[in-house]
Amino acid sequence: MNHKQKKVKSYRQPLNESRRAFLGTTRNVGLAILGGLTWSAYIDEAKANRLLLRPPGALKEDDFLKTCIKCGLCVDACRNRNGNIIYDDKGKRVGTKDPTLRLAAPGDNKPLGTPYFIARENPCFMCDDIPCVPVCPSGALDLVSLTNKKSKKLDINKAKMGLAVVHKESCIAYWGLQCDACYRACPLLGKALTIDMQMNKRTGKHAFLLPVVHSDICTGCGLCEKACVVEKAAIFVLPREIAMGRVGTHYVKGWSQKDQQRVGEAKEIHTVTKRSQKKAIDKLNNLGDLLDE
Amino acid sequence: MSSVKYLILRRVVQLSILFLYFGANYYGWKMLSGDLSSSSILGTVPLSDPYAVLQMFVAGAVISSNLLLGAVIILLFYGIFGGRAFCSWVCPVNIITDAANWTRRKFGFDMVAKKQPSSRKLRYWVLLISLVISYFLGIGAFEFISPISMVHRGLIFGMGFGWATMAILYLFDLFVLKNGWCGHICPLGGFYSIIGKFRLLKIKHDSVACTGCMNCKVVCPEVQVLHMIDKVSIPVTSGECTNCGRCIDVCEDNALGFFLKVKNGDNKGEINNEKNE
Repeated sequence: MNHKQKKVKSYRQPLNESRRAFLGTTRNVGLAILGGLTWSAYIDEAKANRLLLRPPGALKEDDFLKTCIKCGLCVDACRNRNGNIIYDDKGKRVGTKDPTLRLAAPGDNKPLGTPYFIARENPCFMCDDIPCVPVCPSGALDLVSLTNKKSKKLDINKAKMGLAVVHKESCIAYWGLQCDACYRACPLLGKALTIDMQMNKRTGKHAFLLPVVHSDICTGCGLCEKACVVEKAAIFVLPREIAMGRVGTHYVKGWSQKDQQRVGEAKEIHTVTKRSQKKAIDKLNNLGDLLDE
Repeated sequence: MSSVKYLILRRVVQLSILFLYFGANYYGWKMLSGDLSSSSILGTVPLSDPYAVLQMFVAGAVISSNLLLGAVIILLFYGIFGGRAFCSWVCPVNIITDAANWTRRKFGFDMVAKKQPSSRKLRYWVLLISLVISYFLGIGAFEFISPISMVHRGLIFGMGFGWATMAILYLFDLFVLKNGWCGHICPLGGFYSIIGKFRLLKIKHDSVACTGCMNCKVVCPEVQVLHMIDKVSIPVTSGECTNCGRCIDVCEDNALGFFLKVKNGDNKGEINNEKNE
């Protein structure tokens, strides 16, 4: 009993100065780590959203996220662009249509405050004067990437906002119906989007008029997605990183002189593993495996 | 005499700035476009939030000359002149947290939870942590979660669930911590507290005229800066003072007022001169 009481008492003794300071500092540092980790965890999850389309000239997503200051000047410019303002009969401004660009608000589940657009609802109309880009104060929307090197003029056709992708099964052109809505809507029709004519073997006398997207020219404006007539668009724009594959360096086009040059630059990589130490023919000479049992 | 002069003036300034931003988007005005992170006056003079630019810099972004110039302009304005005036004269969150404070006083919540379990130094920690996270994650850490941005961007460009942010700020300040957001956590407030340390616009105090009614301490959102009240006639020097002027409003003894410290002189003399007039 006596012993127990003593022990309880010792806990109640006032802390000495240095111990108090030590505990205080430890607590502060601990709380800072707690807060910092929680905060980081949220940001890491939130910035991982890769499925959104950025305005023309946007830097690569990682660079874009760190460079965009979220001021919304591009949205201002997009809303007040030529052709988006509604005038009454007397030529007085009465309002605007909704802009293509919007800033991610809470609830949009996108990196907060950054500009994006949803092509099916409001695609990019590829204005010649590209009002959204020159106003960007931070360079997150890069004017140089949209400037023609020779003429020094703005060229919206250089934009790479995304890449249109066709889902064959829901595209009625692949059923054999005549629909070229996306092709007609494409601002670069005949270049970014072409029609591939194939024979319809089912009927034997009709043609398939199939939309084909060319990734080197497609800007990802989304006018095709907006125009698509089926319930959920069969042609839709994805960020290029997601829509495009990558061959890597192992394959070379033997028929292309330019691509062949890569072979000349290639260096031999000699990897040594346990298996490669032996020669292939050793396998034949080794009867150990066969003679077992 | 108690008045609401500076309170009304502040609300007018706050709402006007917001309305100019709103008009730039919806009506195509040019006077002030963008938002509080970065904006442009008449499409030419850039303004940028220096704290946001600092985070971007730490995150490894290439800072454009436009942003840099804008940040310097704002830095000079608040650093030399206004101090934390941004918080009380511009920031829209101030309206929300002031409302929470008002509710506290009006209904007596202050009497229920008197103890404030948190240090006002917290904001400097948040400021430091925001820079550390910005560095490691390569993104402006506070800009990504800032309720200030959510609220003001919401008002200019569309709210989404931003109203929930507003409710959270209000309820937090009302029921969790008095002056919780603006006075304890907000790293932007902490940032302006640091750079506003040597501001010219300050509150002066005349302890002779003061009757010690402590009305000023009741309304002050950064009550620790008013340590001299009824004791010594010195100006409020702490960078944490937001220059909101509410203390001047409620002072019935003419013991408080704004003053502009232009010359590096005796602060007491400033007050004596005024008394002689």
